[in-house]
Amino acid sequence: MHPAPSVIIFTSLSGLGFGLLFWLGIGYPEVYGMSAFGMFFVAYALAVGGLLASTAHLGNPKNAIHAFSQWRTSWLSREGVASIVTLLVMAVYAIGMIFLGQRFQILGWIGAALSLFTVFTTSMIYAQLKTVPRWNMRLTSVMFLTYAVAGGALLAGQISIAVVLLLVLTLVQFAVWQAGDKRFREAGHTIETATGLGNLGKVRLLEPPHTSPNYLMKEMVFTVGRKHSRKLRMIAGVSLGLLPVILLYALPFNPISAALAVAFHMLGLFAARWLFFAEAEHVVGLYYDKR
Amino acid sequence: MTALPQTTQKKLGLVIDLDICVGCHACVTNCKEWNTSNYGAPLSDVDAYGAEPMGTFLNRIHTYEVKQEGCNAQTVHFPKSCLHCEDAPCVTVCPTGASYKREEDGIVLVNEDRCMGCGLCAWACPYGARELDQLAGVMKKCTLCVDRIYNENLPEEDRIPACVRTCPAGARHFGDFADPESNVSRLTAERGGMELMPEQGTAPVNRYLPPRPKTDIGGENKIDILAPFLEPVVNEETTQDQPGGFLGWLDKALEKI
Repeated sequence: MHPAPSVIIFTSLSGLGFGLLFWLGIGYPEVYGMSAFGMFFVAYALAVGGLLASTAHLGNPKNAIHAFSQWRTSWLSREGVASIVTLLVMAVYAIGMIFLGQRFQILGWIGAALSLFTVFTTSMIYAQLKTVPRWNMRLTSVMFLTYAVAGGALLAGQISIAVVLLLVLTLVQFAVWQAGDKRFREAGHTIETATGLGNLGKVRLLEPPHTSPNYLMKEMVFTVGRKHSRKLRMIAGVSLGLLPVILLYALPFNPISAALAVAFHMLGLFAARWLFFAEAEHVVGLYYDKR
Repeated sequence: MTALPQTTQKKLGLVIDLDICVGCHACVTNCKEWNTSNYGAPLSDVDAYGAEPMGTFLNRIHTYEVKQEGCNAQTVHFPKSCLHCEDAPCVTVCPTGASYKREEDGIVLVNEDRCMGCGLCAWACPYGARELDQLAGVMKKCTLCVDRIYNENLPEEDRIPACVRTCPAGARHFGDFADPESNVSRLTAERGGMELMPEQGTAPVNRYLPPRPKTDIGGENKIDILAPFLEPVVNEETTQDQPGGFLGWLDKALEKI
């Protein structure tokens, strides 16, 4: 799949933003006034910024308002509705913390649950697609949620739990890569099942339907850059969890090492998310004898 | 609403005969012509005369080579368009309600006035049947020529999809799969019409008739089905003592009397 910057930024930043809102919602840290404002500002900037980035992916954004209408059937619509509801609930909670010096605890818990649900709906946009076997597994949702909770803990300054979660996240990410590498073969799709010609023999593409790439190939048969995937996996795998943990745990705590830890985590997050798209193989590639 | 109908009254769709298709791309061209000037946004081309031309098509033809160990390779031309699946994943993923499957005839359509061009339906389709138009920014797909098949302004023989109407080889058939006596149902039953990628669980309506294996035609003990028609009309041995020309005719004519 084409690793469009808009969808990479959308899933990465909004995941982090809702992850931070989750921790703020359950009261870790319990902050008021200006420090609460700073925390909520970061969370909203990430969540809303991510959502806005996703609209750059649209061919016809003037109809985007309709995207809230099909929550009964569509995970993308559910994601839209869930994110707006979460942001509204958390806004009331944030006003209490920033301006009223009060913590509406129940609202916070509801907002935290909604934050996780929003991340889950984001994950299901991808995990639901049978056409992309690498994404079509439960582990995809586990991965998105772990990213959000671990990254959120890091941004919320919950160092002791963040260290554990970042290590768990690293394990989950490697498990996803391991499982994902086998998914296409497990799903059993081949050029023979795609064309139905398998009983006549071995099938190969003799002539493509067109001489230069079309929308389908640009969007779904993205094969560029996979040769670096091993190196990128190592970079992502080390920087999203291990480097931040070393910075936070092994060194005496100071703002610079904390900022570096966040920077490394985000570098790992972006690299891993780029791979999430670039390595995903769509079954339509079979018709083009390419994956 | 992008929920799928439980059942549809009709199941309109195509049968594509892979044994007959010669890969001439006439259906591709006529599809583009009809659908660029009728229903919805035109099917645009980008950089049409440049180094990397790209355009929106609702129907495309791949050409495959099929080879069995020890046999001659076989060429199969393979037209591919929307299969109007009964369990269409492209419809249920749509967040705006632009994609829908019609209850009355099972045609899968896009309402371009609601489509926001997110492209998720194209991701959900295993067959590559949906293409986002690069100029209009909305999703385009085969409409089964919904603006032809019910169009009473057209002569009756033209009330079939443009691709079917134009196919010079008769490789494409249009009809109602819900009716077991229809042309498409009978062709499917008689020729073993197959689904593409059945393991995706999309229950496609369109069926493909498999090409006959080339091994049935050639081979040691098999007679080419066309061979009897190609036998020499005049046999040398029998012609030797027989006069030709006018005398030959006279000979035959006298024999008959």
